[in-house]
Amino acid sequence: MFKLVKKILPEPFEAKTAFSKTMDEMASADENVIYLDCDLMASIDMTEFAKKFPTRAINCGIQEANMIGVACGASLIGLKPFTHTFGPFATRRVIDQIYISGAYGKTNIKMIGSDAGVTAMYNGGTHMPVEDMGLLRTIPDVTLLEPTDSVMMCDLLRQIKDLDGVYYMRVTRKVTDQIFEEGSTFEIGKALTLKEGSDITIITSGCCTSDVLHAHEELATQGINAEVINIFTWKPIDAEAIINSAKKTNAVLIVENHNIINGLGSAVCEILSENIPVISKRLGVPDRFGEVGSMEYLKETFGMSIADIVTAAKELINKK
Amino acid sequence: MDNLNVFSADIRKHTLRALLAFGGGHVGGCMSMTEVLAVLYGEVMKIDPTNPSWEDRDMLVVSKGHCGPAVYATLALKGYFPVETLDTLNKEGTILPSHCDKNLTPGIDMTTGSLGQGISCAVGLALGLSIKNKDNYVYCILGDGECDEGQVWEAALFASTKKLSNLIVFVDWNKKQLDGFTSDICDLGDVEKKFEDFGFFAQTVDGHNVTEIISAIDKAKNTTDKPSLIVLDTVKGKDCTFANIPQNHLIRFGTAEYDDAIAFLDDKISKLESEL
Repeated sequence: MFKLVKKILPEPFEAKTAFSKTMDEMASADENVIYLDCDLMASIDMTEFAKKFPTRAINCGIQEANMIGVACGASLIGLKPFTHTFGPFATRRVIDQIYISGAYGKTNIKMIGSDAGVTAMYNGGTHMPVEDMGLLRTIPDVTLLEPTDSVMMCDLLRQIKDLDGVYYMRVTRKVTDQIFEEGSTFEIGKALTLKEGSDITIITSGCCTSDVLHAHEELATQGINAEVINIFTWKPIDAEAIINSAKKTNAVLIVENHNIINGLGSAVCEILSENIPVISKRLGVPDRFGEVGSMEYLKETFGMSIADIVTAAKELINKK
Repeated sequence: MDNLNVFSADIRKHTLRALLAFGGGHVGGCMSMTEVLAVLYGEVMKIDPTNPSWEDRDMLVVSKGHCGPAVYATLALKGYFPVETLDTLNKEGTILPSHCDKNLTPGIDMTTGSLGQGISCAVGLALGLSIKNKDNYVYCILGDGECDEGQVWEAALFASTKKLSNLIVFVDWNKKQLDGFTSDICDLGDVEKKFEDFGFFAQTVDGHNVTEIISAIDKAKNTTDKPSLIVLDTVKGKDCTFANIPQNHLIRFGTAEYDDAIAFLDDKISKLESEL
């Protein structure tokens, strides 16, 4: 069960702090939890963890391919490996290792890719994963998660610890807006209806959720009643929630911090076109590379700002 | 040790039986590694063929996964599954696919086939055992051509940094890869020295001499602070009468070639048994 915060405000800490705190709790409670990183422990606040759990915090050095293989092997001894590196290197650099040693081999790894999309900000195009989910979406048996805030991230971390299989979670390390009250829990594979509405469905994920909720308020002032659905499990996707909402609104806008090709929008449109082909539009990174900039600059540049969401929603409604 | 030589020859025979059922396959690389398989499954490894997933077993990752048929022959001869199953190699629905698959074949400890990945998984197994304070060994067989892959050297650096002395890696140094000689395609130079430089206790032995292989494993087990690497100096296509050709990585063959090869191996086994 989840509960929305009454007012959206930035979390009073960086997401990486919540991540390391939860990893510490899990490793303290479960001696099978191990953590592997590619020389980015300090970047995600795991230095103290490494001191506290010297045999279970494994710094592989800058060698992502080997890290995935080592994690897969260690899982066969009954360990519960979490891996971390930046999103591009956690996915596109090791796609074959994830495919063969991970999913095809049916091993158990929990992969964390940090700095999802525009949250990479000033690390720029080389470090800005806008394709990570799309790459992994084509691999069978991989579960893809994008937490909405730290409350959800920590809940999902605790859940996937004990689940068999290959999981990829794209996260931000930075301060994010809090969407859910502390104590909220989430069911992997189930979409969340954050706002009920009848004029249009807006489906979103990750850091775009806050923008969509703000857009929802703006649309309401203009007399538009938007339904807001948060899909944090990109795969397996909650088709039923998408279909039911589309039946009600007949228009679906998807807003994502990812390339619109093979991202959340693509996944949603696949469901729509095969079940209820209503009019739809994808807002996100329009098939281009990342670049340096603030999140606000990047969202505006890519056409996924709050203003862009409001405009797109109204245009879509007009096309119904 | 003669019984291990008989076992090795028998693995060659049964590998060819499996490959014949499909009309051919990776003959060269299978034939070059049967002695080490005989040593591991006939003498060295702690295993229980009646319980392939026994938690206290030693494990083998055949990183050169395309040589699965030689491993399948070994496992069948050890009783992991009936020898007749070898005739289903690569048939639809088989438990014996061309490349090793732990989810299909009893006794296969890790899925391999994308070269370079198996050694990382073996390192992970060794790391896991070390974290769990278990004293089992993890063995891994690399192809020499496979050592072109950068991941092999990532894994080597990692294993030595973490002092994984429960890891014993073999390189089947048969000097050839699919397209020709490794020295022409991607020259590995001195394999033993390279692994030594990467922090391994490294040795080179005659890969067709079971006594030398056993002795090298003994020395490896006495090394306490680093992983071990044993270069197996081998001949690609060894003891297979129709494999003594330049391109012997993948050979298609029929009953005539098979009968000839089996006659040779039967003769070899007879001689070995008469000396027992």
